[in-house]
Amino acid sequence: MNRSTPVATTLKYLALAGYLVFLAFPLFWLISTALKTPQEIALIEPTWIPNNITFDNFRAAFDEQPIVRSILNTLLVAGVSCLVTVVLSIPAAYVMARYRSVLSRMTLVWVLLSQIFPFILVIIPLFLLLRDLGLYDTYIGLIAVYVVWSMPFALWMLRSYVETIPIELEEAASMDGASKVRTLASVIAPLLAPGVVAAGLFAFVSAWNEFLFALVLIRDPELQTLSLTLVKFIGAEGVARLGPLAAASLVATIPSLIFFAFMQRRLTGGLLGGAVKS
Amino acid sequence: MRSIRFVALAAVTGLVLAACGGGDDETGSGDDGGSGGEPVELSFQTLAWQTASVEANEAIVAAWNEANPDIQVELIQGDWNNVHDQLMTSFEGGTAPDVFHYESTVLQDFGDRGNVLDLAEYLSDEIRDDIRAGAWDTATFDEAVYGVPFLQESQVVFANRKLLEAAGVTLPTVDDPWTWDEFADVSAQLTTDGQFGAVVPLNAPANRILNLARNFGGDYFTDLTGEVQAVFDEADQEVPRRIHEMLYTDNSASPDGIGMSSADALPGFFAGQYAMLPGAIWLRQQIIEQAPDGFDWVTLPALEGESSAQGAVSQTLSVSAETEHPEEAVQFIEYFLNAENQVQLAAGDWLLPTSQEAAQSPELNDPATGWDVATATAENLEMAPFQQVKGFEEWKSRIANPAFQEYFSDQISLEDLGAKLVDEGNAVLERYQR
Repeated sequence: MNRSTPVATTLKYLALAGYLVFLAFPLFWLISTALKTPQEIALIEPTWIPNNITFDNFRAAFDEQPIVRSILNTLLVAGVSCLVTVVLSIPAAYVMARYRSVLSRMTLVWVLLSQIFPFILVIIPLFLLLRDLGLYDTYIGLIAVYVVWSMPFALWMLRSYVETIPIELEEAASMDGASKVRTLASVIAPLLAPGVVAAGLFAFVSAWNEFLFALVLIRDPELQTLSLTLVKFIGAEGVARLGPLAAASLVATIPSLIFFAFMQRRLTGGLLGGAVKS
Repeated sequence: MRSIRFVALAAVTGLVLAACGGGDDETGSGDDGGSGGEPVELSFQTLAWQTASVEANEAIVAAWNEANPDIQVELIQGDWNNVHDQLMTSFEGGTAPDVFHYESTVLQDFGDRGNVLDLAEYLSDEIRDDIRAGAWDTATFDEAVYGVPFLQESQVVFANRKLLEAAGVTLPTVDDPWTWDEFADVSAQLTTDGQFGAVVPLNAPANRILNLARNFGGDYFTDLTGEVQAVFDEADQEVPRRIHEMLYTDNSASPDGIGMSSADALPGFFAGQYAMLPGAIWLRQQIIEQAPDGFDWVTLPALEGESSAQGAVSQTLSVSAETEHPEEAVQFIEYFLNAENQVQLAAGDWLLPTSQEAAQSPELNDPATGWDVATATAENLEMAPFQQVKGFEEWKSRIANPAFQEYFSDQISLEDLGAKLVDEGNAVLERYQR
């Protein structure tokens, strides 16, 4: 067994601490800005810790924009998008991994190609399509778009996970009389847990942060998502009301942080589960 | 068993999706035609974003709805950063709001595409007479009026009064503004170690330079409504040359300004690094909100070249060409932009009202907040010639802004700047004339 020297251990922890600071800085700065007065935000030498902590920015943010409603809207849209993406991706990824054919290879290439199209290229046809289907300005339309947009990457990710699962496990299940669906649900799905969580996180975050589709496809103020609400703190010529924007962004970050914390535990659990079975 | 699971999964998925379908899936302009005793419904998209302005919009719409039960207006909040894409898409899809807030620079394009209604035959004499003729020019293309102009900005100079008084500088007045030469002299006088006389924010300078070029009669284009050509004659060169001299010959303007927006320059202005800050009148609101206690500032009048003329565009209210209720939409606009309401809208955004009656209000002439100086600039505003140029937005973003930035960074000469604006610029404009 290799033993680390004290110097190496110290360097390792220093590197980790540095990385942690790097990762945490945006959140720290967001909190700091949200608690500052406009005068302190405009200081030429920024202060790390607010001199005069104020909650006026939170008051302004909540008074001016429906932050809570937007968060709930976004949670609903992102949560359902995540669920549907995962539910549809698992069997599709399984088929692509296990049933090799020209068609599955072509599908894979198409899945990858679909990722290179910029959003703006498809927005008008998509808009017209959803309008004609009666799905413009509805959650279903927006969720459908998010699912379609997230699925290629989720598929690609899950396909790779399926390929790491030994085929012998399925053969054993088959010998025991399990059907394909039963095998997928009882044998493959649990082993896929880390991949499912990773794909779900990707789908959730994509929908949580998305702006352009929401902007074009949602008009009703009651249905607007968080990104549409946050941008209203930025005006003409890019002038931003930094205090309320930081306060609103901070509040908006909390649900996704909770979701991540929850999902991260599942991710770890899934990884360990897979390790034991293999 | 398998089929039961499949049905259950499908049912759950269907229920979840059904639960999400909370939206209104109407795709029209949001009205029922007003038949059968139902009120006419109009959608109005505003771009107001300052707190006071948003509140003014809400209050005006609420007052209208209360006074006009037969014509109900739904207020929709848009945002400046994405409104163009959003409007273009909604025009294509037939879902544009009946009334929308935007700016005069895009109206000709919208008019050419048939997206916006010509209001000429709908407007009353009352509103025609109340709004300044120069403002109407910004929204009138040939004989068509594609919007009602209501807010404009002008350029003034903000100064740290303490620094100017300490240097013995006599402040200019509305009746006796500084010339560009005087401004440069004072800026040089105020420049010391650790302090620049001025900072000129030049992050995206094309609009500002072209508007200020009117001081010297510069218009940067010829044959605006015909086969337009970009030019760069002596009148056009005056403003950029003078700023460049302050940056690199007099060293009286801070080079920090090259990458800055106006708001970016405020921390240095508050800290006394810059004694003067040329900027648009709306910057007063940012100064009032962000300045440290005791910061003594003053709004100085616009600079004078051969004249004090400035190019200006307008914020406008327009009516979608597809609206089913043009008369009602114009009625609402005329109410929304009456003099009393324009005072609230102008005060909320710290911009000039186009209503001559509104401009007389005490609230918009208060010296304590620089309103007296800002309002006085209204008489110098004239239509920015560039807004009639087809292809201007591309000329500005692809050619002019980068070329001006190179010039103000001292990477290219004035001649090189002219070559880029004219040669490369005309190649862009030519595509719009085919």
